[in-house]
Amino acid sequence: MTAEPVLQVRNLGVNFSTSQGEVQAVSGVSFEVRAGECLAVVGESGSGKTQVLMACLGLLASNGAAGGSAQFAGQELIGANERALNRVRGTGIGLLSQDPLSSLTPHLRIETLLTEGLVDRGLATRAEAHERALQALAEVDIPQPEARLRQYPHELSGGMRQRVALAAALMCAPKLLFADEPTTALDVSVQARVLELLAGVRDRGVGVLIITHDLGVVAGLADRVAVMYAGRIVETATTDEMFFAPQHPYTAALLAAVPRLHGDDRSRLVGIPGDPPQPSARPPGCAFAPRCERAVAACGESRPELTQYTGRNQVGAAADESSIPIAVRGVPITAVACHRPLHSSAEYA
Amino acid sequence: MSTPPPLLQVERASVRYTLRGAGLLAPARTLDALSDVSIAIREGGRLGVVGESGSGKSTLARVVLGLVRAQAGRVAWEGRTVDYDDATAMRSLRREMQVVFQDPFGSLDPRMTAGQAVGEALQALAGPVASVAAQDRIRAALSEVGLAAAFANRYPHEMSGGQCQRVAIARAIVARPRLLVCDEAVSALDVSVQAQIVNLLHQLSERYQMSLLFISHNLAVVRHLCDEVAVLCQGRLVEQGSRAAIFGDPQAQYTRDLLAAVPEPDPALQRARIVAAHKALRASR
Repeated sequence: MTAEPVLQVRNLGVNFSTSQGEVQAVSGVSFEVRAGECLAVVGESGSGKTQVLMACLGLLASNGAAGGSAQFAGQELIGANERALNRVRGTGIGLLSQDPLSSLTPHLRIETLLTEGLVDRGLATRAEAHERALQALAEVDIPQPEARLRQYPHELSGGMRQRVALAAALMCAPKLLFADEPTTALDVSVQARVLELLAGVRDRGVGVLIITHDLGVVAGLADRVAVMYAGRIVETATTDEMFFAPQHPYTAALLAAVPRLHGDDRSRLVGIPGDPPQPSARPPGCAFAPRCERAVAACGESRPELTQYTGRNQVGAAADESSIPIAVRGVPITAVACHRPLHSSAEYA
Repeated sequence: MSTPPPLLQVERASVRYTLRGAGLLAPARTLDALSDVSIAIREGGRLGVVGESGSGKSTLARVVLGLVRAQAGRVAWEGRTVDYDDATAMRSLRREMQVVFQDPFGSLDPRMTAGQAVGEALQALAGPVASVAAQDRIRAALSEVGLAAAFANRYPHEMSGGQCQRVAIARAIVARPRLLVCDEAVSALDVSVQAQIVNLLHQLSERYQMSLLFISHNLAVVRHLCDEVAVLCQGRLVEQGSRAAIFGDPQAQYTRDLLAAVPEPDPALQRARIVAAHKALRASR
C-alpha cells in the first residue's frame, strides 16, 4: 500500500504568546496521511493534538503562531494567505468537530449549511447544490432528506446533527477529512454509526486524520497511530503494533489504564501516577520522565529523538517520520522517542 | 433475625418534567424522565447506573439527593422514608450522603483555595470544629485523595482537572459520608487520570465501607468499579444485577446492544465484530 500522501507535515511547531510568556504547545511534529488511509492521533487533553489540525487549517487563535511545514497535495499551508487557505478549507480538507451544535450555525437551515460552500465558491448552482445535499444526506443515512433540509440544527438529535456535520464536511468532495474527537459527545449506539460512516469515507479514498483519546475508536478505525504527549509525537506505529507491542512506556501505560469490557475484570486499573505537565512548565528531558517507571537519569536530562525500528532492530534516527515506509519486506516498523523503549528490555531479548 | 434494610432504597420513583410547547401558544408537553424505577444499595455496596443520555440516570441521582422531587414513589434511608421537606432531618442526612459532579471546575468556587473548599464543607456538615482540629481533618482529607499538603493553598485555576476532581472528592468525604453519589464523576478526565480516580473511589469505598451510587455512561468504568449494575433506558429500569451477570450474561436485549456498541481498545476484537456485523447483515437480506 503506497498511495500518495495527501498531507505531509514536517517539523510542525505551534507557539502561543501568553501573559506568562511564550508557550510551546506543539513542537517537532512530522507525519503524513495517504489517500484512503486513516491516521489516528492519540493523546490526552493538552497534548497539542487539536492545535496540529488548527495550524494546518490556519485557524489558530490570534495569539498563536505556527512554524514548520504542512503540505496539502503539494501546497504549503503554513504561512499561506487567507485566500489560498479558503480554497483549501472545505473543498480540499473537510473538518468534522467534536460538538455538532457549535459547528452548525444555529440560525441557518440545513440546506444552507450544506450548500453554502459550493454556491459561494461558484462550484455549483443552487439547484445542483440542492441535489448534492439530498445525496449527501442519503449517504449518511438521514431519512426524509427533503424535509430535513428545511429544518434547523436544534430540531435534530445529537447523533443526527453529527451526521449532518459529516455530510457538510463531505459536500465539496475533499481529499482529506479532519475529524476532531467526532464521537466524544455522542452516545455509544450513535457513536458506532458515525465510526462506520467514517470507515466508509476512508474506503472511498479520502485520507482521514482522526483525533481521539478513545483507544476503542482507534482499534476499530485507524490504520496507523501517532501517540502525542506534551506537544510531541512519542510513538508512531501501525494500529496492531501500537496495541500488541507498544514501544513507548507512555503508550503502554495508556493501554493499561483503559477500562475494558472484556478479559480480566480486575477491579483495579493501572493509573499513571501524576498529571501531564502544563505546556508552560514542561521538563527539559523526556516530558514523560517524571511519570515513567522506566526512567533513568538520562531521561530527565536529554530529550529522546523519534527513532525508527524494524522489528527490534534500530534502523537509525528518523529525521522525518514520513520517510519510514509502512512496512519493509513485511516487517512492520515503529518509530519511538524514548531512551529506554520497551523492546530494549529483557522480556524482549 | 431479619436482615437489616438496605442503606438506600428508591422505590417506584417517577419524575415527569413539564416542557414548554414548541410555539408561543402551543400546549405544554410532558416528559417522563423516570418511570417506576426501584434500586437499592447496601452498606458498602457500589451500584453503577448506566444508560445513554436521556435515560434518566442523572434524574435518579437528583431524586436521591433531593434536588428533584419525584411525583410518585419514595426514597428510604435505612428503611425510613426520607422527607426532603424536613430541614432538620435533611441537615443530618446531608452529612451521610454527599455528591461529586462531572465538572470539577464548575463545582469548585474559583475564589477559594482547595483547603478553604474542604474546610467549608467540614463546617457546613460537621458544625463548628476547633480550628486546629479542622486543619488536621482538612489535611487528612486532602492526603486521602492523594494531594500533598501544599495543595491546600492552591486555587482551582492552579490545578489540573484531575487535581480539582480530587479536591471535589476530598470535600465530599471530609465528613465521612456513608453514601457517595458520583454523577459522571470521571467522565471528563483523561484516561490516565480517570484510572487513578476510579482506583481512589474503590479504595475509599473499601476502607470506610462507603457505598457508591455511580452514575456513568461509561460501561467499562462501571465494570471495574461497581459490584451491582442497573441499566436504564428512556427513564425505565431495563435490567439490574451483579457485575458478573450484567457483563457476562445480560438478559435484556437493550443491555446486549449497549455492550455490543462500545468500541473496545482491541483491534482483533473490533475486526471480529465488523466481520460478525457484515455476516448478520448478509443473513438478514
